[in-house]
Amino acid sequence: MTHPDKKLLELTGVCKHFGGVTALADVSLYIQEGEIYGLIGPNGAGKTTLFNVITGLYQMDHGTFNFDGNVFERSKPHLLAQAGIARTFQNIRLFANMSVLENIMVGRHVRTRTGIWGALSRNSSARTEELDIAERARELLHYVGIQRPVNTLAKNLSYGEQRRLEIARALATEPKLLALDEPVAGMNATETESLKTLLQSIRNDGITVLLIEHDVKLIMGLCDRVAVLDYGKKIAEGRPEDVRRDPAVIAAYLGGEAA
Amino acid sequence: MDIFLQQIINGLVQGSVYALVALGYTMVYGILGLINFAHGEVVMVGAMVALTSLQVLLGLAVAPVLAILVSLFVAIVACMALGYTIERVAYRPLRNAPRLAPLITAIGVSIVLQTLAMMIWGREYHAFPQPFANSLHAVGGAIITDVQLGIVIVALLMMSGLMLLIHRSRFGRAMRAVAENPSAAALMGVDINRVISATFMLGSALAAVAGFMVSANYGIVHYYMGFMLGLKAFTAAVLGGIGNLRGAMLGGVMLGLIESLGAGYIGDLSGGFFGSNYQDVFAFFVLIAVLVFRPTGLLGERVAERA
Repeated sequence: MTHPDKKLLELTGVCKHFGGVTALADVSLYIQEGEIYGLIGPNGAGKTTLFNVITGLYQMDHGTFNFDGNVFERSKPHLLAQAGIARTFQNIRLFANMSVLENIMVGRHVRTRTGIWGALSRNSSARTEELDIAERARELLHYVGIQRPVNTLAKNLSYGEQRRLEIARALATEPKLLALDEPVAGMNATETESLKTLLQSIRNDGITVLLIEHDVKLIMGLCDRVAVLDYGKKIAEGRPEDVRRDPAVIAAYLGGEAA
Repeated sequence: MDIFLQQIINGLVQGSVYALVALGYTMVYGILGLINFAHGEVVMVGAMVALTSLQVLLGLAVAPVLAILVSLFVAIVACMALGYTIERVAYRPLRNAPRLAPLITAIGVSIVLQTLAMMIWGREYHAFPQPFANSLHAVGGAIITDVQLGIVIVALLMMSGLMLLIHRSRFGRAMRAVAENPSAAALMGVDINRVISATFMLGSALAAVAGFMVSANYGIVHYYMGFMLGLKAFTAAVLGGIGNLRGAMLGGVMLGLIESLGAGYIGDLSGGFFGSNYQDVFAFFVLIAVLVFRPTGLLGERVAERA
């Protein structure tokens, strides 16, 4: 059950520096449960840095980070995965030499328990769990629409399929928030359209989606709200059609002194 | 007596030991990209702990079978603790350091462990207790001892167990995922540090078993025994393709066979100029040849597989 008014993720005053470079300067935003939230901005605006902070790959220098009622100050990726944040990467990072099914099964890691002793003894609970993991992985494979033998190696999938597999792997962690870094980059129009349908059905299944995207059409057609980053600052936020007309946004994208 | 068959048997026995130790090298390399040069010393510590434990238990007149099983268990536990500690103390602080730093640290750990073992167990050679008569079996003109038979069987069991663990379990999947892409694995909820610790402990457990095996086979234990054994097993791992588990097993057995056949025939081939004491030379010829002609080993993957 989603609550439209509940803030799932709230960031306030997030700063991140790399040496003398300010990648994120005082960024505050919140994402409501059940919405599709878009993050756009020119190259180098800090979108991916923000993603890395949200998923624990980077630690922020200042600011607060509240997810699903819990405060995360310095956190590790596996703990955020446990809390319910999953992501995909701009440059696909699958486990290339593992099978399609196994990639998704790794995603079940965070929701399963059998340790090394259970695996060595192969007791009944370990075996049952292993079967459940495989079963759930097959369902997800079907859900994202990959029709391949389950033992196909991930590296042998087409580009579009690899993107879908990455989404399936992220969904296997049962996330509350699914963060996608440029999911349609490099896709053709047909692939983009079917991915859009997939994202809508993910949202309809109650998962909140955070999206970095350059494809303006996709953002406009899909997102409930959009934030615009430029030089590490949030320069606009709101409904896509309003943001599109915002003078600051136009200036950021076209350069110069618009308005 | 059939010399050829005998050398094959000796080679398989020695190769089983190499394979177990090589697995430890290759697992750590696969997951961290680090050559853990202290791994040979873990084998030595396993042998030493087993020695002391056997001496104590047999001194208390414990039944020999029980004494052997308990000593093996004690050695495994001690080595797992040692492997965990080495990673935690020596390698983890250097996780993000340039690659040369942990490599030199590994050599340092190796020296520290050797010296500690020398202080605890002394410089002398110890006789490894043999509570049973080690009976001989004739196999088509050659001879295999009980201990040798045990070594091959236990090694096979341990290796099949390891393969099952790594390819058919949740833990093994996590381990392979970390080896392929640590950050993506972490985002799937895999605790990378735990997986790395477990990998070191697993490799050390195999090393403990290997230490027990060589000691029982040769009947002698010495604080320096891990050095050469470690280098040979490292060679085996490189021969098979470092980072590749099947490669480590294949490389171990092959190296055992090469050494044993080489030592058996070098005298005849060189007209008596070289003797079987040149056995160790073969391993390092193999190492050099592999590095020159096929640096990725027999089963290794090409490094730049995808841009």
